[in-house]
Amino acid sequence: MNEVKAGTWVEVEKILLTPEQRAPQVPEDTRHTPYVMRVAGFLTADSLYGTEVTVKTLSGRMVTGNLKVIHPHYTHSFGDTVEELLTIGIGGDI
Amino acid sequence: MTRDNSYQAVMARKNEIMKSSMGLDYETYRQGELAFDYERMMNDCGFTLEDIIRIQSETKVGNTPMFELHNLTAAVRKISAPGKGARIFVKDEAANASGSFKARRASISAYVAAQKGYKGVIAATSGNYGAAVASQAAQRGLKCIIVQEVFDSKGIGQPEIVEKGRKCEAFGAEVIKLSVGPELFYYLLLTLEETGFFNASLYTPFGIKGVESLGYELTHQIRNMTGKDPDAVMITHAGGGNLTGTARGMLAAGCNAQVIACSVDLSGLHMASDRDFNRKSFTTGHTGFGVPFATWPDRTDVPRNAARSMRYMDDYILVNQGEVFYITELLAKLEGIERGPAGNTSLTGAVSLAREMDADKIIVVQETEYTGAGKHHNSQLSFAQKMGIEVRRGNPEEGVNGKSIVIPERLAQVKGHRQDMEKLRLSYLKNAAKQLDPAKWTDIDRAFVAADVKKDLKWLDQALKQI
Repeated sequence: MNEVKAGTWVEVEKILLTPEQRAPQVPEDTRHTPYVMRVAGFLTADSLYGTEVTVKTLSGRMVTGNLKVIHPHYTHSFGDTVEELLTIGIGGDI
Repeated sequence: MTRDNSYQAVMARKNEIMKSSMGLDYETYRQGELAFDYERMMNDCGFTLEDIIRIQSETKVGNTPMFELHNLTAAVRKISAPGKGARIFVKDEAANASGSFKARRASISAYVAAQKGYKGVIAATSGNYGAAVASQAAQRGLKCIIVQEVFDSKGIGQPEIVEKGRKCEAFGAEVIKLSVGPELFYYLLLTLEETGFFNASLYTPFGIKGVESLGYELTHQIRNMTGKDPDAVMITHAGGGNLTGTARGMLAAGCNAQVIACSVDLSGLHMASDRDFNRKSFTTGHTGFGVPFATWPDRTDVPRNAARSMRYMDDYILVNQGEVFYITELLAKLEGIERGPAGNTSLTGAVSLAREMDADKIIVVQETEYTGAGKHHNSQLSFAQKMGIEVRRGNPEEGVNGKSIVIPERLAQVKGHRQDMEKLRLSYLKNAAKQLDPAKWTDIDRAFVAADVKKDLKWLDQALKQI
């Protein structure tokens, strides 16, 4: 079993509003999707991946949600090189 | 007893939650159905400009450098008619604690929250403001929660927003990440209610007063560097706080330069659309915020918005995504500085306007912001390509928002275009008329509305016949 130890830094996900509960003004394509929250925190008890758990967030709140990510981290980057940019501003006329 | 936390029930509790989370009663400024005493609301926060500057200096805010962009100015003159091509200056707001002018906006809120004994602050924003609040809260010993719209229904995060979330966390803030939708405000209210923290809204008098120091500083810097006042100040415009605060600070310094808004034209894309969310390469400083907030400021998370851009705006320039990417790259190649999208939007507007201005005139771009992974224009363009958007060089006017980004082949193609100010003012009037039939407006309401669009009563009477 994928047991995750208490105290592990994890991310939980929670559906805040189902499609039927959403604000009346949301456009058509958004209306069919649930309103979802994700927040990271320290797991408060040994738990199984994919189950409902409680985390203590950085501000000290207790938040319950589905355990989605263990050790969440950032992977955003500078992206693949976009060659259209490389020739701007070098040599000759601008 | 458990509280009803449905969307409707929480929205109905809005006013009481707002009052306790700011210690500010907006009702005391009410003068009529539409009118409220704007200047009294701004002055009641009790801070002089000197106080603001002192408070900001305690937390690494303000006194940012002003640079003249000699090489870019020379490049603009090459493509301008003889005698044209104004001097372009930029205020390097990236030097503030959190890497953008938003530190000014957050600084007073964090100070007030600490003074009033709140344990923490909360802000709802996907922008640089989150990092600014987190940075200021860290320095004032406050807890901080930032509520962000981050990902679409497939779970894909906009890279710039992901980066801004990272920065908030770097300053010790909790980041609540939400999917696409206007219910961000609903969840902000719930979190304010749960925690009892201070609402560090972008649109309080504290937020706007904090930006006044920017307009004040830039005026004095240009006077010191050139011996005269700027002729035009170009301001990236979204919610209106940057423009309002800067313009008020300029007026406090006795500067009457033209105040010009600039936004990225994102027409055709819906701001609350799950599909469109990741098909725009700019997360703020665009028309999706700029136009609705200009034409009705009170659509925000406080009862009366202290950011009232049409009171101060003389002109409004729109630029497209491809043009801003070109200028961003050119800034790096010609001026040797890499900066983020917000200031580069107004820089693009300034380049297009400088061509029309005489060479002895001065135009100031009043902000820069930091850049890096996620925020960088290469990152945005690479992401756009992955979302199926065509990226190519050519005439930027051929770009279709959500489908293609056309980056100019040369500087002469960076033109921007003017937003019709009169149309914006009429749009404001229509929104005001929706609140209350103009036949029922009192003299105070009429004076307020006219002032809110920088016009007089004579104009108002004529304009009301057109809506």
